[in-house]
Amino acid sequence: MAQQHPHSTHGHDAHDSHGHDSHESHGSLRSYVIGFVLSLVLTAIPLIVVLNDMVTGTAANIVLLGTAILQFVVQLFFFMHLKEEKKPRYNLLALILGLVIVLTIVAGSIWIMTYNSVG
Amino acid sequence: MAHGGNHAATHTHGHEGHPDQEALRMMGFWIFLITDCILFGTLFATYVVLHGSTAGGPTASELFEMPGVIAETFILLTSSFTSGLAVLAMNRGNKRGLIGWLAVTAILGASFIGLEVTEFVKMVHEGATIGTSAFLSGFFTLVGTHGLHVSIGLVWMIALMIQLGRHGINSVTKRKVGVVSLYWHFLDVVWIFVFTIVYMMGVK
Repeated sequence: MAQQHPHSTHGHDAHDSHGHDSHESHGSLRSYVIGFVLSLVLTAIPLIVVLNDMVTGTAANIVLLGTAILQFVVQLFFFMHLKEEKKPRYNLLALILGLVIVLTIVAGSIWIMTYNSVG
Repeated sequence: MAHGGNHAATHTHGHEGHPDQEALRMMGFWIFLITDCILFGTLFATYVVLHGSTAGGPTASELFEMPGVIAETFILLTSSFTSGLAVLAMNRGNKRGLIGWLAVTAILGASFIGLEVTEFVKMVHEGATIGTSAFLSGFFTLVGTHGLHVSIGLVWMIALMIQLGRHGINSVTKRKVGVVSLYWHFLDVVWIFVFTIVYMMGVK
């Protein structure tokens, strides 16, 4: 493997930014900061709302799962750059396949065990 | 490599001169992450099904101490952000910034593991071990598997910092940093669900 010359980084940098600047591929500081702030807010909401008993029961579960799923989406778009993937979007397709399997396993297990009169 | 010849005319890529091989490896790692997602899915399903089966042992709301868990959550969230800053430093060609942010990420990750191990040790001393109840078997397996992933990530990140120190930023180390940061974001995502489903729903 060719060893990178320590002083050649500037040229490399210029070359790279040429390809990236137009559409912020691989993220910008702005998108990371927005993602981080949104994640902090989405973590603080369930802590404040649920631990102070402002909502209880099913409503609390909806708040908890809702903020968790939103935070998952924030991480995917602002940190993992899913939106910037070029076509064909194999990563997105693989993710959807994985989520379908995970949801089937989790929801199916809960459903079966809820109505399992033996257990 | 035969560029263009075999490909359809609509194939648009490579204007920045990245070898296809590196992009393929990145996608291979993404597919690994999806399979890891399925692994955690099965562990979550097991935990959710078993979390009420305490066999006379402690329940979730008796056992969990939220201050430590909340600290762990914000530490891991911040480390996910700093691993992103490492990638930004790399894209600017800033080797010292890259290694520095990776070091910050690793230190935050180590603090997370430190808090988690302290929590586990305290539970075991209170008599809540992996063999106490089905609830605790599910709990230690799920949270322990996540902790193991973070620990592996730490070793990996330290090895990568050494490699970056020796070889600098090139197309191979670039891909490796991209992969490790993707892995780290993924672990943060898994932790969000551990925090929500295991801890928050356990104590509410």
